[in-house]
Amino acid sequence: MRIRLNGELIDTTAEDLAALIEDRGFDVSVVATALNGEFVPRTLRAETKLAEGDAVEVLRPMQGG
Amino acid sequence: MVDFYGRRFESRLLLGTARYPSPEALGQSVKRSGAQIVTVSLRRESASGAKAGQAFWELVKALGVAVLPNTAGCHSVREAVTTARMAREVFGTPWIKLEVIGDDVTLQPDPFALVDATRALVAEGFEVFPYMTDDLVLAEKLVEAGCRVLMPWGAPIGTGRGLNNPYALRLLRKHFPGITLVVDAGIGAPSHAAAAMEMGYDAILINTAVAIAGDPPAMAEAFAEAIRAGRRAHEAGLMEPTDLATASTPTFGAPFSPFAG
Repeated sequence: MRIRLNGELIDTTAEDLAALIEDRGFDVSVVATALNGEFVPRTLRAETKLAEGDAVEVLRPMQGG
Repeated sequence: MVDFYGRRFESRLLLGTARYPSPEALGQSVKRSGAQIVTVSLRRESASGAKAGQAFWELVKALGVAVLPNTAGCHSVREAVTTARMAREVFGTPWIKLEVIGDDVTLQPDPFALVDATRALVAEGFEVFPYMTDDLVLAEKLVEAGCRVLMPWGAPIGTGRGLNNPYALRLLRKHFPGITLVVDAGIGAPSHAAAAMEMGYDAILINTAVAIAGDPPAMAEAFAEAIRAGRRAHEAGLMEPTDLATASTPTFGAPFSPFAG
């Protein structure tokens, strides 16, 4: 299916958010996730199913002011 | 000691972590400033999963300071609230520097969205550090919403213009004696920081002025000294300015007077 990951269109076979994080090689311990603008806690990633056209945000710590 | 939601700190300088020439310059600046709180943010991980966040986070953790995550770049209540929730999970703190930008030219915070987002976050147990304009009524609303810390701007972010409206900042200090007040943004020189501290501000948040200095660690130290000096002057009790001169040298016994004494 085709989803938008951090603003970029990608094709994925991952069925849930946890699988997507795994497939993409993200560091599970330091990223936070949101699906269609809503925060998804780490503990709920595995049960959060993905659907065609979803927008996923995966954020990491970064320098800030 | 300065109090942020029940946590007390010796240092009254909060340091941003962005725009340094190198991670080493950042680390040295934090150390030489004596800062015990640094600001951090969340950004998109590259879609290839580069794990770039890990190195920065390891560096910050090694500094042994408290972190204050921000919601920089958010333009709506929803974006800010979602970002705050994500930050709480990643950084493991209820603290959030709440930024909701209302104007892209000046990066002025949107006061209406700021109040709405504050209410939502306080209800979820967040301890909000709102990045705000120096408006008195806005400050009232934020305190009513549960803020114990307020962070009015000195000038727009990154401008280094100093305290654009000292009157408004002084008024805030007088109006909220029990609230921790931090000047955040626009500070360009240690003298600006000292001026805010002399007014009785509790702390100063600086990023750009240190990060883009010729020698960031030295500038960090200069800011720390200015903040200490300003604080000490405030505690010592500054004189009131007057219009007419008053001789500081005693007039009694001055020579060449036709009178005795």
